[in-house]
Amino acid sequence: MRAVAILIACAFALAPARAETIAITGARIHTMGPRGTIENGTLVIRDGKIESVAAGGGVPAGARRIDATGKIVTPGLFNSRTSLGIVEVSAVEGTGDASVEDDRITAAFDVAYAINPRSTLIPVNRVDGLTRAIVAPQPGESLIAGEGAVIHLGTGDDLLVARRVAMFAVLGERGAGLSGGARGAAILRLREALQDAADYAANRRAFDAGERRPYALSRLDLEALVPVVRGERPIVIHVNRASDIESALGLARELGLRLILSGVDEGWMVAEKIAAAGVPVLMNPMNNLPSSFETIGATLENAARLRRAGVTVAFATGDSHNARNIRQAAGNAVAYGMPWEEALAAMTSVPARIWGIAESYGTLEPGKDADVVIWRGDPLEPTTFADAVFIRGEQMPM
Amino acid sequence: MTRVLRKTAARSFLLLAGALFSACSTTGAPAGGAAEPKIESGSRSVTMPWREGDAWASTYRPLPSTAVFITNATVLTAAGERIPQGRILLRDGAIAAVGDATLEAPADATVLDASGKWVTPGVIDAHSHLGVYPSPGVEGLSNGNEMTDPNTAEVWAEHAVWPQDPQFPLALAGGVTTIQILPGSANLFGGRGVTVKNVPARSAYAMKFPGAPQALKMACGENPMRLYGGRNRAPSTRMGNVAGYRAAWLKADKYRRDWQEYAEKVGRGDGEAKKPERDLELDTLAGVLAGDILVQNHCYRADEMITMIDVAKEMGYRIAAFHHAVEAYKIADVLAKETICADVWADWWGFKMEAFDGIRENAALVHKAGGCAVIHSDDAEGIQRLNQEAAKAMAAGNEMGMNLREEDAIRWITINPAKSAGIAEKTGSLEKGKMADVVIWSGNPFSVYSRPEKVFIDGALVFDRDDPGKNPATDFSVGLAGAGVTR
Repeated sequence: MRAVAILIACAFALAPARAETIAITGARIHTMGPRGTIENGTLVIRDGKIESVAAGGGVPAGARRIDATGKIVTPGLFNSRTSLGIVEVSAVEGTGDASVEDDRITAAFDVAYAINPRSTLIPVNRVDGLTRAIVAPQPGESLIAGEGAVIHLGTGDDLLVARRVAMFAVLGERGAGLSGGARGAAILRLREALQDAADYAANRRAFDAGERRPYALSRLDLEALVPVVRGERPIVIHVNRASDIESALGLARELGLRLILSGVDEGWMVAEKIAAAGVPVLMNPMNNLPSSFETIGATLENAARLRRAGVTVAFATGDSHNARNIRQAAGNAVAYGMPWEEALAAMTSVPARIWGIAESYGTLEPGKDADVVIWRGDPLEPTTFADAVFIRGEQMPM
Repeated sequence: MTRVLRKTAARSFLLLAGALFSACSTTGAPAGGAAEPKIESGSRSVTMPWREGDAWASTYRPLPSTAVFITNATVLTAAGERIPQGRILLRDGAIAAVGDATLEAPADATVLDASGKWVTPGVIDAHSHLGVYPSPGVEGLSNGNEMTDPNTAEVWAEHAVWPQDPQFPLALAGGVTTIQILPGSANLFGGRGVTVKNVPARSAYAMKFPGAPQALKMACGENPMRLYGGRNRAPSTRMGNVAGYRAAWLKADKYRRDWQEYAEKVGRGDGEAKKPERDLELDTLAGVLAGDILVQNHCYRADEMITMIDVAKEMGYRIAAFHHAVEAYKIADVLAKETICADVWADWWGFKMEAFDGIRENAALVHKAGGCAVIHSDDAEGIQRLNQEAAKAMAAGNEMGMNLREEDAIRWITINPAKSAGIAEKTGSLEKGKMADVVIWSGNPFSVYSRPEKVFIDGALVFDRDDPGKNPATDFSVGLAGAGVTR
């Protein structure tokens, strides 16, 4: 943000791009991996990757040393629901590319085409340690919104880490509203879309020859749903009410879908079922208002209760301009019973696994991208600031 | 009640301020029209129609309480330095004593050992729509904006507050003891706001903060022009906004003068004095001109805030606070000089053009210039953690080299919003004689991990995290699966 850049003194010299070798020393390092937390650790970054993480490790020759004694080091944070890169000023429609009003472009809608690496929201959020995010579509004319992407919040011309990582859809009241006004219709529409996609996949030649029955969706949309019906690509369904969660679980079981649940404000009420189904959830731990009849059971203890039941939980706040406040959300989850390490995992290692990028992000282990943040104190305290943020090995201007 | 005296010559207020007779009695409208201020035959006094009147008087009664002596806490009084091993005596609804470890417990008080805990004044939210935009946010309950005309100064938020809004006990669990409930910002003049005590009640009037002035919600900027411009009517531009304010104030000025002339004639025993017609919209505006009603002006941009200050000066009224004031930092010196509070968010930005220049240092910069910085919520989630929002604002100020401490930041959510709402003499700080609106926190209130453990309003323990079964829950929550008491 322009004003922020003027007002906040730059404490660290800008690093040249990713060729620099950096050794961060003396820190408490939360690897979020099998080695757990390392005291007095040294983390070496080389060529954009983490080269080593060791207690009391040495500084390689030629490396720039950053003394992080008394500080805390974590992976860069991940917000699992934003419109980062595809919105500038929310009320200015032309700057928003999260949804489309077109009944022929629903499942096929791909947010990745619109990502703007020079969006003002990117530098504002990354100085607070947010280094990755899901960019999710919003529903337009259909309850199937389209496909989301993973971005990083670094510099350069291309923020895309992975595109078409999941299909996004909504049920509940919103899905019902988009399907003629009743939940039953929404389930039918979704099932019909998936069945048509399966039929299309098995009869493509006939379709191209015009010899197949009409489908409910356009060709583009059918194409996009094929990996979903095959169970190769996850589908994120946004639901809050306990019975809607159960509906979604049932549909996924029936059609063999790889389901991810989003929202789940009443998830704690059916947590055992979610856990038994092995379905991960994306949720905002601060949602506790009975703001609709779908969220009567919303509680600040939701995250803690879901975890206790064994549900895989990633945090997703849905905010773009303040996607950075995911740290505060995590702190509140801890205040209401979630263990601290699990709250941090919900913004690092867990989303890395959910979104299929765990090979290169999510823990501080050798070989992974160097998304590393040096914090002055507890990163879950909103009063803590980051001293340094590295994204894929490049130090970010603060 | 703090009355802002309007510095103007000539008009005598002696006849008017006495309120010898109840005004605006509305026990059954007389046939043919709205109730009028009562004038007893032979009297020489007229109560101005813009006064609230007994019909709408607060029926709030503090809940039962006993004397409580809190000890060993870190006490932030919002009126000076912290007291490290602080002690506070609450008695008869008021703060009877505040001091350090030398303060002794009286024999009749219940002693609460708050070792390791912090104590602050009750949190005050100066900008809320609780009750008028309650949960659930369904159409039948959405009463925050009378979006049918750009000037609805005649409507009063307290006539729409739903005391069964489950957001109230949730805010209480966040330490909020006083709330200024305002109409929304769809209109140039949104209507009268009301300040309430956050207690369970059957009616809004039983929550009404005794002796608090009412507010007039005004809005500048994008909202009114977008809403009414979209309907092809005025205002559709900012210049239309300003013309709208000025035209309304001119009418109000005439209305006020007509009533004052009438009152003077009556006072002189003039039997031919003709009573002016009553107008609910002009009542509110005249009330502002008379200094009885405080202007709470939603306004984002620096240049617009200056324009609104100019309108106020031209028309002879004061602005108590700018709300949201996303660009307050650009004119912090002006706001300090004009003694206008800036009621702001910690970090909301970018959702509208007028919010594009929002920065986290806003509140701190207002504070630094000697102004009245307030952290408000305008949000049913945010109201539950105003302490955390103030923490973010404090940290942002320190990041740019200020030396803000908890003693400073606590003011932004206690005494400063009290000032903004015109109740600073009654509450907002832990000082002897003030209302015993007090929160005991589990730790430093500016830590995300701290939670209110006990909340006192007028000395009564209204929220106790250790005794959840007794905490308030609204009727709405009863019987709904999953709905609980405060969580």
